[in-house]
Parts: sequence; C-alpha cells; structure tokens
Amino acid sequence: MKETKIAVKDLSLYYGDKQALKDINIDIPEKRVTAFIGPSGCGKSTFLRVLNRMNDLIDHVKIDGEVYIDGVNIYDKSLDIVNLRKNVGMVFQKSNLFPKTVYENIVYGPRLNGIRDKKLLDEIVEKTLNQAAIWDEAKDRLNENALSLSGGQQQRLCIARALAVEPEIILMDEPASALDPISTAKIEELIHELKLNYTIVIVTHNMQQAARVSDQTAFFYLGELIEYDRTTKIFTNPAKKQTEDYVTGRFG
Amino acid sequence: MELKKRKQDIAGTISLSVVRLMFFFLVVVLILLLSKIFIEGVSVLSLNFLIDEPRNNMTEGGIGPAIFGTIAVTLLMVLFTVPLGVFSAIYLNEYAKDTFFTRIIRTSINNLAGVPSIVFGLFGLGFFILFIGKNLDNILETGLLFGQPALLWASATLAVLVLPIVIVSTLEALNSVPKSHRDASYGLGATKWQTIKNVVLPQARPGILTGTILAISRGAGETAPILFLGAAFFLPNLPVADLCIGDYCITIVNPTEQFMYLAYHIFIMATQSSNPTQTLPLQYGSTLVLIVLTFLLNITAIVFRYRFRKILGRL
Amino acid sequence: MEEKDFFSKSADSKYAKRIGKFTRVKESAIKFFFAVNGAMALIFIILIFIFLFKEGFKALEHIGLLDFLFFDRADASGIHQKVFEWYPTSEEARYSLVPLLLGTLLTAIPATIISTLLGVGTGIYLSEVANPKLKEFLKPAIELFAGIPTVVLGFIMLAVGASFFNDLLNPTNRLNAFVASIGLSFVIIPIIASLTEDALHSIPNDLRMASYGLGATKWQTVSRVILPAAFSGVSASIILGFGRAIGETMIVLMCAGNAANITADIFLSVRTMTATIAAEMGEVSQGSDHYYALFFIGIVLFTITFFLNLAAEIIISKMRKKNTF
Repeated sequence: MKETKIAVKDLSLYYGDKQALKDINIDIPEKRVTAFIGPSGCGKSTFLRVLNRMNDLIDHVKIDGEVYIDGVNIYDKSLDIVNLRKNVGMVFQKSNLFPKTVYENIVYGPRLNGIRDKKLLDEIVEKTLNQAAIWDEAKDRLNENALSLSGGQQQRLCIARALAVEPEIILMDEPASALDPISTAKIEELIHELKLNYTIVIVTHNMQQAARVSDQTAFFYLGELIEYDRTTKIFTNPAKKQTEDYVTGRFG
Repeated sequence: MELKKRKQDIAGTISLSVVRLMFFFLVVVLILLLSKIFIEGVSVLSLNFLIDEPRNNMTEGGIGPAIFGTIAVTLLMVLFTVPLGVFSAIYLNEYAKDTFFTRIIRTSINNLAGVPSIVFGLFGLGFFILFIGKNLDNILETGLLFGQPALLWASATLAVLVLPIVIVSTLEALNSVPKSHRDASYGLGATKWQTIKNVVLPQARPGILTGTILAISRGAGETAPILFLGAAFFLPNLPVADLCIGDYCITIVNPTEQFMYLAYHIFIMATQSSNPTQTLPLQYGSTLVLIVLTFLLNITAIVFRYRFRKILGRL
Repeated sequence: MEEKDFFSKSADSKYAKRIGKFTRVKESAIKFFFAVNGAMALIFIILIFIFLFKEGFKALEHIGLLDFLFFDRADASGIHQKVFEWYPTSEEARYSLVPLLLGTLLTAIPATIISTLLGVGTGIYLSEVANPKLKEFLKPAIELFAGIPTVVLGFIMLAVGASFFNDLLNPTNRLNAFVASIGLSFVIIPIIASLTEDALHSIPNDLRMASYGLGATKWQTVSRVILPAAFSGVSASIILGFGRAIGETMIVLMCAGNAANITADIFLSVRTMTATIAAEMGEVSQGSDHYYALFFIGIVLFTITFFLNLAAEIIISKMRKKNTF
C-alpha cells in the first residue's frame, strides 16, 4: 500500500436541507488511480468536487467533516483555496476550453501564477502538451482557436491545461463520457502514464473503464460510500451485496 | 352540428384576417410616414447640411453644431454610464446571491427604466445642477461655473436614464458565459476577480458593446430630459475650449458650456421658430438625419446581438 | 504508525498555505467596489425620489395641498367659488392640477385603447400567425420601430398627422388630444406588441397541441386557450404601455395644443402634466412657487408611473413563476 495522499473523515454534505453525502470516510493513496463508481445521483461527482472545494462556489451548500491532504485539513477556514486548487487540478466531464488559442488555454494557469517570461511559457506549453500526448497533433496549431480541435483532442488539451499549473493531484469527472472509443482509449492510456507522477481520482460511469484504469475503486450509492477496496477485489469478489449487484449490471 | 362548426370556422377565419389586417395596416402607415420623411428630407441633405451651422433664423444652413453637440453629449454619457452599468451587472451576476436586497435592486432597474423622461430632467436639475454643481462651485470657489445648465449635466442625466439598458444588456451577456468556463478557471487556481477579468468579461464584450450602442441610440433621441439642462436654441460657437499644458494646446469639448442637440433642434424648429413653414424642409432634413442615425445604431446592435447569440449557441 | 506519518507532513506541506492577507483584502475590496456599483440603480431611484420630494414638498409650504385641487375664489359679495384652473403666472396664481390630470388621461387613455387593439393584434400575429422566417425578420423590425425618437413622432404628427386629421375629422382645434393620442400610439404599440408576443410565446406548446388534438381550429385555440393563459402577461403589457403614455413628453408637447382646458372632448386642445413641466420649467425663476409646483407635478408623475410599473412587474414575475413547470 502506497502512502495516503488524501484522508477524508466523517464527511457530510447538504444542499440546503437535503443531505447529499453521508459520513464518508476514505483514504486515497498517492500516485495511484482511484475510481469512484455508482449510479447517477449517488454523490460521486459531488464528492469529487469536495476534494478541491469546488462546491464552495454553489450557494446553500453546507459541509461537515474533514478532508486532509498531506495532513492538512483543507476545510480549515484560513486556508488559501486558490492555492489548494492549484495543487489539486480538475478535468471536467465536457471539455471546457476557453474560446482562445491552444497556447492561451495552456498558459492561462501559469500566467495566474505570475509567469510572464515568454520562453518559460513556451517551455511549459511544449512540456505539458507532451505529457498529455497531444504535442504532435497540436504543435502546428498553437495559435488556432482551441475549439477548432476535435472532441478527444479538446479533452486531452484540458488535461494538459490542468497539468500546466503543476498539481500533485488530478481530479477527473467522467473525462471520457462524451468521447468516442478511440479517444477514450487515448485518455485511458494517458491516465496510465500520468499516475507515475500524479495522484489521480476519477469518477466514471463506465465500469469497464474503472476496471481498466484504476488501482482502487470506491462504490457510492445514495450518498454513502458502500465499499472501497482494490479494483480487482471490487470487480471479482465484492464484500457487499449492493456492490455485487451494481458491478454485475443488475441495477444502475 | 356541422353548421355550427362551419360558422365557427368562418368566424375564426375572419378574426385571424382581422389580426393580419391590423398588422399590415400598421406596417403600411409606418412605411408611408417613413417614406414621407425620407422623400422630403433627402432633398435638403448634403454634406454641407451636415456640417454647416444654422443661418438666417434657421431657415438656411445646416445642423453641424447640433450634430456636434449630440456626439459630445452621448460620448460623455457613455463614459459615465458604461462603467457604472457593467460594474453593476458584474455584481448582480457574479457576486450577488439571490437575496431580498438583490431582488430590490433588480426591481429598481426595471423601475428606473420606467421613470418618465421629463422626470429625469427634473432630477438632473435638482440633483446634478442645484446640488452637485452648486456645491462644487462653493467648494472650488469657481463662482457660477458648475451650478448651471451645461453639457456635463445633460450627459450625466442621460447616463442615469440609459443605465438600465446597459445593465440589462450586460447581464444577458454575462449570463450567457457558460458556467463550465468559470469552473475551468477556478479549477486552475484563479481567484474570483481573475476569473471575471480573464474569462468572463472577454466573452461578454460583444454583449456589452450591444448595450452601449443601444444606449447611445436612446440617448441621442431623447429630448425631454435635456430641455432645461443646457440644450440651446442657437449658439454662435461650439462648446469647446483650449486645454493648454505649457505651450501645447489641444481643443476639447468644454463640458461646462451649453450645447445644441439634434433632437432638441427638431423640436425647436417645429414649434418655436418664427416661421415654421419656411424651416419645414430643414425640419425634414434634420429628422431624416436623426432617424437614420438611430436606425443605423439599432440595426448594428441587433445584428451584433444576433451574431453573439449564434456564437454562444454553438459553444 | 501510518497515521502519524501522514500528519507529520502537515507542517511543511504546500497545502498549508494560509490565505494571504493581501489577496483576501484585495478580493473583498473588489467585491465591495462592485457591490456599491451594483446598487446604483437602487441608489438612483432613491435619489430621484429624494430630490423630487425635496423640491416638490416646498410647494406645500406656499401653495397647500388643496390649492393643487382647486382655487378658492371669493368675490366681493363673499361668495366662494371653486376654480379648477392651472394659471400659475397670473397675479392671482391658480395651481389646480385637475385640467392637467384630465389632459394626461385624455391623451393616454385613447392611446392605450388604440395601442391595445393594434399591439395585441400584432403580438398575436407575430406569435401565432406569422411564419417563423418572417417572424425572425419582424421582431427586430418592431424593436427598430420602438427605437424611433419621440421627437420624430411628434414632428411627423405635427407636420403630417395634424393636417390629415384636420381635413378628415374637422376637429375644434387643429392640435388636440386625439392627434396626440395617435402619436402616443406609435410609442406604445411596439411595447404592447413585443410583450404580448413574449407572453404568448411563453405558453408551452403542449397546450396548443392539446387544443388542436381536441379538434379546435387555430382561432379557437388562440382565443380560448392561448390568450386566456397569457392573460396576465398581456394585461401587464397594457399597464406598462399606459404608464409610458402618461410619462411621454415630446409628442403631447408638440401635438396636444397645450391649452389647459377642462374637457372630455378629445378634439379640443389639452395640456398634460409632462408638457406643463417641459414648457414652463425653462422659464420660471428658481425658488418661486411656480418652480416648486412644477416639481410637485413631477412627484405626481413619478408616483403614478412607479406604481403602474410595479404592478406590471409583479404580474409578470407571478406569470413567470406560474409558467415554469
């Protein structure tokens, strides 16, 4: 077992009066891929957004409990959320590139960090596009509008953009759900490469995908964490009946 | 039964035709009136008419000073109203939560848009000239400089009048920036202000421009509010002054002067001139210029908004 | 053991960074700045209110509320007579708002009636009759129509409309309430038409389909299903149009003749509240009774239009709530 990167203790989340997450406890290991699965509305995406405090942006959300990253409670009131989000990157379900050039999209984050040096920015662009395995396709199109790329390319560009701020953790919210099988395969391959250097948490609808890419899998149902274990165990020999029903396709 | 149904069909067809007829009646009347203005107006239209000053008791010459005044007043108005309106919309769309207070603000925007324009004139007189202007004079010891009707106060008053237009257009533009773009920015570690500045505002720019154009068009067409805020019958000189720094001088609009205004000029020629029939061709000419001006502005705004919506629809 | 390791890292973790004081102050300052600007519409409404009342209420010190209704004239024999006249420049100044109110109503009401017929008709045409392609062109055209400056409408009614109706109807005065109300209609028709179109358009298509499904004709669907469902929206548009007619200045100033008659005859010259302010404010000396009286008219105008707008807005917001299924 690798070292724990993220430790969540007794976390509950409410939308107004409605409780969306119930007493979640989970330890997420460093430099591994952890998958969250479960039927839609089970809270897996909401929980993912807990880990970089994206839920703070929504009105009427109340959160109890603690989330520790490297031993620091990220829900501490005086903590710098902006710094947190720089270290915990996020890739969203649908590509959300800005309507700017490929280059401008990648350097958006580094520029926020005050990097102005053109040479340094160029280096970051090349490095992160290489990391996201899209350099060859994009190197001649750096000054084109990012939205002119194909859907799969756009999503890999989103990953590159997230990498450009040098996070340690990358949260992925169903990153391949809108893509065709070939693009999906490319993203999955990319996830394999990235876990050498990054802690990755991925929410997915697709159980085969979870089985293919993740080391650990957590099964959520109705706002509760039902079961959390090594992926092979979850898919071959789950401890709970609900998990078994779900992974064998009996509901969801 | 059959007969009853037939009767209803006939009544329905007639009613629908009446609706259609009403609409086409309206269109015909409008086209007739507009072509009347066009035909009469175009005969006096020339470059000279646009730049010359009124002569011989307004029976000859052109409308140059009135066009100059209209441009000066509306540009100054834009300087006041656009920042205010855009900032206001940013607060409402980006920062404010849905509270009692913000609902009151939203109601105020609609209500401000419904205040009669002549009341804005009273407000400009009472607030800008007699309160702000008089107090400025007292503080700066400028004698009677600010505390009287002037271009500055006409612009400021029109700025308040068109503020709802700018706010509403900007709100629509901000609202149409996808939330996912904001999420992406926050996810990369941007603060709220960085997100607004780098992601939201650049995308909302066409919408803000639309609002600005609509505001100019509205401001240029208003007459009632500026009646007693410095609009003048006739001025021998343009409201300009030389601003000198050392030996270097530039000519700028002097905001403390009175001004001529195209819309007001039409009103004056039509109702106050000593010989309305003699000035009639010039009245048509001025009206044509004002109509063309507002139509061009509005068409630009409409086309802009249409294309903006189409682009956003594609995202 | 592992637990201890995990927490021991916290001290030098890059996550432990506290919010910088500068960042926090800067972001709150920016928010505060926007909040002040955000309230600007409200601030201006309040300022308009304050400065109208500040000047207008001074009128009550000298003129008195009753004097705005009628002038109590006592002749030599001691007989009192109520005089409803607006004659502020006379030696024996009279400040009755009654003729001005009547003048306003006599122009605004016919204008609203004409505009309701044509505006609602146009709205129905746009929403239910016109084909979508034509509509895409007509909606901006209506917007353009609404953008015509009122001084232009005033001018065209003065130059063309007045003579046209003079020959056609032979009215008592060439410039009269009727001519003004036709001019006003040009302002109000686009308002009513576009709001009616909005209201009809917001009716869910299911309702139309249900009606057609039961064998109703187009007109039956419009008149018995769509219009009743959009009733509140249409009535809000009429209220807004009426408010606009009351507040409009240039058209009535140029076309209504400006004689403060007490009359119900729309072919006589009348003087509205707005035209009175517009015509007299430029000539009165600041601080005179007459000056304050004009501000008092402003208060009356502001109050009437404020409540009409508020009523329309409440109706519209209720309609929105009802229509979001």
